[in-house]
Amino acid sequence: MGSGMTNATPQASTLSGRLTALANPTRFLALADTLVPWFGGLSLAVLAAGFYMAFSAPEDYQQGITVRIMYIHVPFAWLAMFCYSLMAISALGTLVWKHPLADVALKAAAPIGAAFTALALFTGSVWGKPMWGTWWVWDARLTSVFILFLMYLGIIALTRAMDDPGRSARAAAILTLVGFVNIPIIKFSVDWWNTLHQPASVFRLDGPTIHASLLWPLLICALGFTLLFVTLHLMAMRADIWRRRVVAMRRLSARAAERAAR
Amino acid sequence: MTHAAYVFAAYGISALVIAGLGLWILIDQAGRKRELKELEERGIRRRSDRKAPKK
Repeated sequence: MGSGMTNATPQASTLSGRLTALANPTRFLALADTLVPWFGGLSLAVLAAGFYMAFSAPEDYQQGITVRIMYIHVPFAWLAMFCYSLMAISALGTLVWKHPLADVALKAAAPIGAAFTALALFTGSVWGKPMWGTWWVWDARLTSVFILFLMYLGIIALTRAMDDPGRSARAAAILTLVGFVNIPIIKFSVDWWNTLHQPASVFRLDGPTIHASLLWPLLICALGFTLLFVTLHLMAMRADIWRRRVVAMRRLSARAAERAAR
Repeated sequence: MTHAAYVFAAYGISALVIAGLGLWILIDQAGRKRELKELEERGIRRRSDRKAPKK
């Protein structure tokens, strides 16, 4: 990648035009260099405000102090699903539009998604012990999120299995798309089956069932973690583009040395 | 264990994992940046760069 992509600027007025413009990795790197400090600073500021609000919000009348785990558990769980959805869109980008950065986006997102999924499981577990009386149950919600975590691990292994990232890109994209069936299962597991996990209380057709004093800090924390995710993803994508350039340049120098020896 | 300890554990481990993730990405970035610099110092350029006029 990287070569032969210095063609004329496409029309950047439409969304697809903008995505095509970003297909030039050099242009993407310039954009990432500009965005990363801003998104990084913004995410830390929003998280600081969110945690301040969370810890000055009243405790839950039944759950007491343990409700504070909600301000990290819920954003982690949202991000676990958001990251996978982003990877599924990237997979379409690889398979349908052959977008050269889609594969980079998928590969770079997988470890970040795995980390947030692991944290959603862990924070849920230490919330479950005092509130449910158990660290873990194999109910539909917990099991489907655990499967999501295993999917992430599989995708991480596949995207890093081959020396040539272009070869694993197609297989990883197909695996990601097949695994996407799990996302609606996670979302609706609490409605379709009888679970120990509570049903949705924020995004509901009849409005949130959390009091505004707890809902606002939660939404601010979720925004902060989402900004943090975007920052980390841009950084990981940038590192992966650099990695591919190093590989390409080493190959060029090896070929040049071969020619010189002949 | 008091309930505050569960909250502390949740926040503490989460902070550690996210800090570790960020550090890992930063180390990866720094390593690749160094490799690119070394290759450029050895005079190796990407095909698309070689066509561009020399600075």
